[in-house]
Amino acid sequence: MRLIRTINDWLEDRTGIESAIKSFLYEDIPASAGWHQIIGSMAVFFFVIQVFTGGLLAFNYAPTPGEAYNSVKYIMTELTGGPLIRGLHHWGASMMLIIVVLHMIQVFIYGAYKKPREATWMVGVTLLLITLAFGLTGYLLPWDNRAYWGTVVTTQIASQAPIAGPYLLRLLGSQGSVGNVTFSRFYALHTVLLPPLTIILIGIHIYLVRKHGVAAAPGDTAPKRKFFPEQVFKDTVGVAVAFIILFVMAVVAKVPLERLADPTDTAYIPRPEWYFLFLFQTLKFFKGPLETVGSVVLPGVAVLTLFLIPFIDRGPMIRLGKRTFAISFVILAAIAWTGLTTAAVVTTPKNQESADDTETPATETPEAAPASAASATPSAPALAAWQRLTPEELAGLGLFKKQGCMGCHPGTGQKGIGPDLTKIPAEHRNVAWLVPHFKNPSQVVPGSAMPPVDLSPADLNALALFVLTVTPQNEQALLSVPAFVTQGAMVYQSNHCNSCHQIDGVGSTLAPALDGVGLRHDRAWLEKHFADPAGVTKDSIMPPYKFTPPDLDAICKYLLQLPKGA
Amino acid sequence: MDQPNEPPHAGADVSPTRRAFYIGFINGAMSLIGLALAVPAAIYLLFPPKLRKGQQWVQTADLSKIPAGTPTEISFERTRVDGWKTTNVKATAWVVKGPYNEVVAFSPQCTHLGCAYHWDAPSHTFICPCHTSVFSIDGKVLGGPAPRPLDRFMTKIEGGRLDIGPPEPHA
Repeated sequence: MRLIRTINDWLEDRTGIESAIKSFLYEDIPASAGWHQIIGSMAVFFFVIQVFTGGLLAFNYAPTPGEAYNSVKYIMTELTGGPLIRGLHHWGASMMLIIVVLHMIQVFIYGAYKKPREATWMVGVTLLLITLAFGLTGYLLPWDNRAYWGTVVTTQIASQAPIAGPYLLRLLGSQGSVGNVTFSRFYALHTVLLPPLTIILIGIHIYLVRKHGVAAAPGDTAPKRKFFPEQVFKDTVGVAVAFIILFVMAVVAKVPLERLADPTDTAYIPRPEWYFLFLFQTLKFFKGPLETVGSVVLPGVAVLTLFLIPFIDRGPMIRLGKRTFAISFVILAAIAWTGLTTAAVVTTPKNQESADDTETPATETPEAAPASAASATPSAPALAAWQRLTPEELAGLGLFKKQGCMGCHPGTGQKGIGPDLTKIPAEHRNVAWLVPHFKNPSQVVPGSAMPPVDLSPADLNALALFVLTVTPQNEQALLSVPAFVTQGAMVYQSNHCNSCHQIDGVGSTLAPALDGVGLRHDRAWLEKHFADPAGVTKDSIMPPYKFTPPDLDAICKYLLQLPKGA
Repeated sequence: MDQPNEPPHAGADVSPTRRAFYIGFINGAMSLIGLALAVPAAIYLLFPPKLRKGQQWVQTADLSKIPAGTPTEISFERTRVDGWKTTNVKATAWVVKGPYNEVVAFSPQCTHLGCAYHWDAPSHTFICPCHTSVFSIDGKVLGGPAPRPLDRFMTKIEGGRLDIGPPEPHA
């Protein structure tokens, strides 16, 4: 104890820190101060939480569009405590905004912004705007579809501002599209510029509160009290309750991480964070040339009014009970906000993303392709999904299964590490992009966790062709296709049958097309024909083929199931 | 929030018991919140990431091309899991083949501070240029500050080809 005393005395002598803390804590506050004034401290506390959890996230976050998503996924799936830290940051952001707004409402209905506290109020409004800016810029950083599309809409709204629009867009780096530049600027704002700015403004705000003293209720002439410990206790209760709520949210509520941002996804319905929904809904009331009224003019006027409130309402402070106008204004605003937000939630259709969690309906049952029944008529009107694919594509499917691709790409609706193959963006939907990607994934897609696919060029080509045929409709059926189909197709491909034969218009016409061959011949004929073509068909120039029994079985079954050509 | 460890210097506006309760609550609540943040943060930063396996075994050289009795440095590509990214990196190993095709593959880093050592044919030893650690052909420390013998990779021979695996655990 003596040692602590000595250290304290030394520190006090050299820095004066102890007396500084004391004069902060033993500040005089009015006797009427109390529970209604705890919200400001709570806001400061939440800012500290955001800085702390944000810093932790930044330790494992790669701030480029190429890697941001992968690193967030890494935080969420591979780091112990990662989802909790991200949960605290995500829900903390929402709670901070709620608390800042509640603080503002409290000051507003008490009329605590009146002379001489106008500057305190205006710094406070700036802090509210900064809190919103934190939300807006942070929204983009996970770089999932939600982030990307939300930001597209935001930047487009900014571009509608009269005169300043194009310049704003340039400042946000979003001319043309949201990409690298916008991302870097949002990241810089979120982590480099806004936090110190907030700290400075909070400092000024608290300094001003101290300078003018906490606003007393009108007629409060009771002797002043000290800030510590009673008011600090009340503040702490508020902080603790809010923190418990936040912690429970972070543990219980899963923070969304949708799939990687996809600028080509035309089906995605962008939606802002919940606290911006009222603006989103307001926009719907203004059509055509009036749109800027909803997107820029109205919010602009609202913010300006908010700033100027101390100059609009200049009367002396009066009792809370007499501030009927202020109270009714807050109630009306709350009703309007709730109405707009509810309307936005109700009228926005659900994204397919959320529907993805439910089972994907299989349009074609895999069993429709009769594995055992060689007797099934290949000309049956309903074609199995695989029957629409060329042998090369089917061989690709075989490789897809053999290479274990399904481990990461298990199909729509199932959780896989890899992206959904039915949602490959249009610019990547070609063999020229896919094959180099298979060979060296992380060089084509920076940050890709996919291991290189080690196959011959022909096989890589087949694999790419297969991937291009996958649609949400045929995916389930294709992935569960009977083994003889893919095996047969792979035998067909590796023996270059297509050099002479044709299936469904693909291949050479040197020899008869094989469509519907099962209608003309049976299994025994095929087997004999493979062994000795000329012996079965006179003048056949086809060389004999000796397959292993499983290969022979597969290719015969496969050929016999080929549908009749169109 | 900090609190002074002295009684207030002015205006005792609450009773001492109340005051003690307030201060106790403030300290307790703030400590608990601090713990609730510090413990997850420590777990988040200190626990190793859940294991995502890179490629374990890599096919490398044709065994017949490695001379017997002379350490040979071979290079190969390995996938490395690096945070959220899996990359292909070039890796090397010093391979020593015995007369009966038995093979030892040494990790190419000195066990002292990780410098790359080399085979010195005249002295028939591995020598690290940094702090002159010296290792025998079977990896034993002959001199210098190296704390343990050279680290080894697991090896297996398949069809005359040498496959190199993950590092062997230290003995």
